[in-house]
Amino acid sequence: MTEPAATPAPEAALSDTEVLEQFAQRDYKEGFYTDVESDSAPPGLSEETIAFISKKKQEPAWLLEWRLKAYHTWLKMEDPTQRPAPEQWAMVHYPKIDYQAISYFSAPKKVSLDSLDQVDPEILATYNKLGIPLEEQKMLSGVAVDAVFDSVSVATTFKDKLAEVGIIFGSFSDAVKQHPELVRKYLGSVVPTGDNYYAALNSAVFTDGSFVYIPEGVRCPMELSTYFRINAANTGQFERTLIVADKGSYVSYLEGCTAPMRDENQLHAAVVELVALEDAKIKYSTIQNWYPGNKEGVGGIYNFVTKRGACRGDRSKISWTQVETGSAITWKYPSCILQGDDSVGEFYSVAVTSGRQQADTGTKMIHLGRNTKSTVISKGISAMNGQNVYRGAVQMQKRATGSRNFTQCDSMLIGDQCGAHTFPYITVRNPSSTVEHEASTSKIGEDQIFYCNQRGLSTEDAVSMIVNGFCKEVLKELPMEFAVEATKLLGISLEGSVG
Amino acid sequence: MLKITNLHATVEGTEILKGINLEVAPGEIHAIMGPNGSGKSTLAQVLAGHDAFTVTEGTVRYENEDLLDMAPEDRARKGVFLAFQYPVEIPGVNSAYFLRTGLNEVRKARGEEEIDAYDFLALIRAKMALVEMDESFLKRSVNEGFSGGEKKRHEVLQMAVLEPRLAILDETDSGLDIDALRVVANGVNQLHTPQNSAIVVTHYQRLLEYIVPDYVHVLMGGRIVRSGGKELALQLEDRGYDWIREETAAAAATTQPAGA
Repeated sequence: MTEPAATPAPEAALSDTEVLEQFAQRDYKEGFYTDVESDSAPPGLSEETIAFISKKKQEPAWLLEWRLKAYHTWLKMEDPTQRPAPEQWAMVHYPKIDYQAISYFSAPKKVSLDSLDQVDPEILATYNKLGIPLEEQKMLSGVAVDAVFDSVSVATTFKDKLAEVGIIFGSFSDAVKQHPELVRKYLGSVVPTGDNYYAALNSAVFTDGSFVYIPEGVRCPMELSTYFRINAANTGQFERTLIVADKGSYVSYLEGCTAPMRDENQLHAAVVELVALEDAKIKYSTIQNWYPGNKEGVGGIYNFVTKRGACRGDRSKISWTQVETGSAITWKYPSCILQGDDSVGEFYSVAVTSGRQQADTGTKMIHLGRNTKSTVISKGISAMNGQNVYRGAVQMQKRATGSRNFTQCDSMLIGDQCGAHTFPYITVRNPSSTVEHEASTSKIGEDQIFYCNQRGLSTEDAVSMIVNGFCKEVLKELPMEFAVEATKLLGISLEGSVG
Repeated sequence: MLKITNLHATVEGTEILKGINLEVAPGEIHAIMGPNGSGKSTLAQVLAGHDAFTVTEGTVRYENEDLLDMAPEDRARKGVFLAFQYPVEIPGVNSAYFLRTGLNEVRKARGEEEIDAYDFLALIRAKMALVEMDESFLKRSVNEGFSGGEKKRHEVLQMAVLEPRLAILDETDSGLDIDALRVVANGVNQLHTPQNSAIVVTHYQRLLEYIVPDYVHVLMGGRIVRSGGKELALQLEDRGYDWIREETAAAAATTQPAGA
């Protein structure tokens, strides 16, 4: 019997590597631009620019002074890109930013906070397209939304319903007019104007963002969220969010963000301050999906953000959850200052970098009060040429006796051109505190994929399942509606089918 | 059902399989034995479609189709199951969810309806009883933190759920104590039907006391050098492999033309 000729090795439709790359290189569906008539400041940064913004927003004199003070502080600060690498806090690389080439204010002309009828239909269409309808009857019933378009808030839903229980939720600019005493009391109290280069810049030129106040003893009846959209070109977005939870109150807040695809980098330098008084709890979730640039690293958002929460009161709690999939560069460390005794800080993070994305993210848990507790769970996924850094500071100060921290940071590598790095900074100044740090790095193994294949799963489904398993601990912290969005964004389907 | 003809395979340029011929009819159990490094696991992996191995020559027909032309997941969906020698851990992925996803892929390929979570729970509970696994397993991640024995039982459980036409067990008995061995064997025997076949790769004869093979093959140096009934396994137990090695060498010297 003659043997048949040699059979070539079977060729699968796509190699594992190709599937992994496709997985990492999803299309950016939010990258469209909306043509709206807008009112923009000419590029450039000066005292006049700041006065222009302040005037546009009809701000009181104290706020203009506050901005100008921040501006002068910023002018004296050193640009972090000009510092020698070892002295830089973050491990990210980008050219010096020309702050005179940026426009610091851009607002669509047709906006009214009183009625959606007066909002430019193009803007409503934009939010519809993003899956965030602003007409209340179409919305998710349990979620109130503040929609920020470039430099202004264009609409806030369920505002009246929330006002019935005394909750203030709306644009920051509006809060300055309606509740100046609250804004003045808390603004800059968690992130001082001179905290860092980008926080100082934000304090000088911030435009809009959300303001939330939950009165004593009130449990906010729905999820509050802000959807940030950068639309105009050559514009920076400098939003400012302030959330105050009074004694014994509770709020869950979520922010989402997207931007058009452009070849130029755009700067997004936000400041978020949270204040939790006695027994108050704030849960703050972020799904960050700014345009990441193309796979060669052209374009994308520079996301340089300072987020910090103060657990001022005893037994208060602040919990940060973030899913970071976008931006060319992410630089942010949502942190907790645990001042009150028995207060609790949490940080749950999934950060994905693919293409040429860089992320330097993590948290700072500053324990000041007694018996304070913090938990940090960080999951970094790097694919293609992505670089992912976890950077976390845990400090147990002298008075923080009996305090505990647990940190776990896991990194997953997809392919062999990416990187994962972990930098923990741990300071313990009292003898009765406990700090635990666990870290692991794994690679999506061909053996894992083959094992799944052998049970009938396609490679795409296998990768989804493996990544989903890796992020599970963090994703379960997200409010239900957003967990679905986050899993979609990660290219993962909870049902295990190809999306 | 399965016909392997002159199968040659290499890994990183080194030839491991050097012309395997094997035919498995429906309902048959074949045991493949042989010393370490003889190519037993390679054969199992090649049949399942692991891409670390390159087939350089030969054919494999499975149910009248070209098995080598199919992606690994298609082989699985068409009823080829490999019980891994070293089952892989997948942290964070729930075992029951993993298995239900696999089962639904297989069911879709068979033209059956997908099974919902409720029916699946009933099914898996019945199958778990078969391999004496306890309920807590359902909440655990795939193979994560499993003991060696648990991993092997888990393989047999997956096999019981997927009900393959052709099950390939790659040293499922290694590292098992006698009780676990009995459980694993029991699971395999219960699945055995006049239609379903199995290839049992093993190092030791003791598994074959529980799983009675129709044929025993000795794999050595990348070839099947001897085939026989179950008594061959007993002979190997008594005498080791050396006598076969010697006889094979002698036979080769007399029958092979020079320069081949």
